[in-house]
Amino acid sequence: MSRATGELTAEARKFKRRLTVANWGMVALFVIIMILVLIPFWAIFIATFQDGNMIVRYGLNLGIDLSQASLENWVMLFTDSGQYFTWFFNSVFVTVVQVVLTLLISAFVAYGFAMYDFRFKNTLFVAVLLIMSVPFEMMMLPLYIQINDMGLQDTYTAVILPFLAAAVTIMFFRQYLRGIPKDIVEAGRIDGVSEYGIFFRLVLPLMKPAFAAMAILNGMSSWNNFLWPLLALRSADKYTLPIGLNTLLTPYGNNYDLLLVGSVFSLLPIFVLFIAFQRFFIEGMTAGAVKG
Amino acid sequence: MKRILYSQKIAPFIFVLPFVLTLAVFWISPLIKSGIMSTQNILPGVTESVGLKNFQRLFGDRLFYVALGNSIKYMLWTLLLLIPGPLILAVLINSKIGSDKFKAVFKSVLFIPALSSVVVAGVVFRLIFSESSTSLMNQIVAIFGVDPVKWLKNSGTGFFALLTLACWRWTGVNILYFLAGLQAIPQDYYEAADLDGASKWQQFWHVTVPSIKPTIVFVLTISVYGGLAMFLESFMLWGGNNSPQNIGLTIVGYLYRQGIERNNLGYASAVGIILLILVMAINIPQLIATGTFKKEER
Repeated sequence: MSRATGELTAEARKFKRRLTVANWGMVALFVIIMILVLIPFWAIFIATFQDGNMIVRYGLNLGIDLSQASLENWVMLFTDSGQYFTWFFNSVFVTVVQVVLTLLISAFVAYGFAMYDFRFKNTLFVAVLLIMSVPFEMMMLPLYIQINDMGLQDTYTAVILPFLAAAVTIMFFRQYLRGIPKDIVEAGRIDGVSEYGIFFRLVLPLMKPAFAAMAILNGMSSWNNFLWPLLALRSADKYTLPIGLNTLLTPYGNNYDLLLVGSVFSLLPIFVLFIAFQRFFIEGMTAGAVKG
Repeated sequence: MKRILYSQKIAPFIFVLPFVLTLAVFWISPLIKSGIMSTQNILPGVTESVGLKNFQRLFGDRLFYVALGNSIKYMLWTLLLLIPGPLILAVLINSKIGSDKFKAVFKSVLFIPALSSVVVAGVVFRLIFSESSTSLMNQIVAIFGVDPVKWLKNSGTGFFALLTLACWRWTGVNILYFLAGLQAIPQDYYEAADLDGASKWQQFWHVTVPSIKPTIVFVLTISVYGGLAMFLESFMLWGGNNSPQNIGLTIVGYLYRQGIERNNLGYASAVGIILLILVMAINIPQLIATGTFKKEER
């Protein structure tokens, strides 16, 4: 490129100009889209400094009425928020346990699919694919009855258990594992490492980027999971955050002040997780891409 | 015993065992139960078999058709909005135009809405689309001289709010899926196309699209599923399962209403079975036609 800077042909100059125009056009487009995406966050953030009931009456807006602005809602969140932080830490607990177990179990299963040939493998694999397209919502009633029959109602076990072998995560890990040279496995066998030792000691460390990507996706869905915990949990002090926040939405109460700050605060952990892991996340997503 | 469990023949079965167990206990068994329940009338303490009566009643149920129509409409619109748009944005991000740093920021910012819970997103959009003349959407339309709109009380505008919410939350996620697919395309395909004198547009249609077909199929599959099973977005936007004239009622919303709110477990199960049949009827032929099943057998 640099070789010809002094003596660009007319055509190359035209091409370069076109590229600059395209460049600025794209920048403009992307900036506009980013602003549109961030507007709701801005609107709810500034709303936390206003009276919640007024917001409900007048709707969210971009401007802030400085004469009315106060830190009251934020002070209330940390001093007088009732069970909010109980729900918050319940959510942290459920999410951490679910993510760690789901990743380990799904990786274990995916390894079986990726590295071995065995009877029923295809049948089982088609089962994974089909499960991905069974709407969970249609099974929630029988599943609810089943959880009750198992004596698991109102426990975190009931919240977590049905999602442990996650079909999408298994698919993703399997795809990722297929990119890992089988020589490693063979070398392990020759050195006398057991089949499980090969997985835990040799392969698991290689899966870090895939783990980062799936930690975010699974963390997201667990942190935000709503419908199933709503059915499975009964006592208010066991609620996870989304369900707790939803209870603030009664037509009778005036809890909107708490709901607004509580909502904004609930976004924090998942944002921090995302910012911290986003480099690995995007790398990992690409590495395990759904390839043909 | 240990020797057998550790042998190379048995090991693969041990590896997939957790999956088989979860599958049996938490998916297959509820699925079968759902099928059985759909032919029953279930009251506390009394369960009687009623054959296909639930389904008969369902096919004469006006509200069920409303829910069905809303879900299908929502699915079609999300396919239309959430596949081509994100694909084009992903192609732009993947192109040589512009700085990589800026594009990385763009990618991350667009992904952020997906991190927010549906409770938070629903409340935010309900308040943005509030009918008060000072709400954000009404201020925007006021610029064009339009009187304040009761967004969530009319079918068309309510649907618009629902789709805005969907696009806001999922555009970034689909961009990432497409980007992952795009980055797997070998660069020489484009060089070869360049040599043959193919325009950028021709390259997009004849190189890019066919190369990321598996990704498009994947996104299509999860979008069909997500569209037909949509419930919480509507539930949160309207602050409950009752929207004016049921403009936000979906199949799962109807299942929830019958099963949880009215305790008609049998009838709700019949709704669930119809939903399952619908999703499968769309997805299985599509997966077969695109060769996804065959490919995974390797």
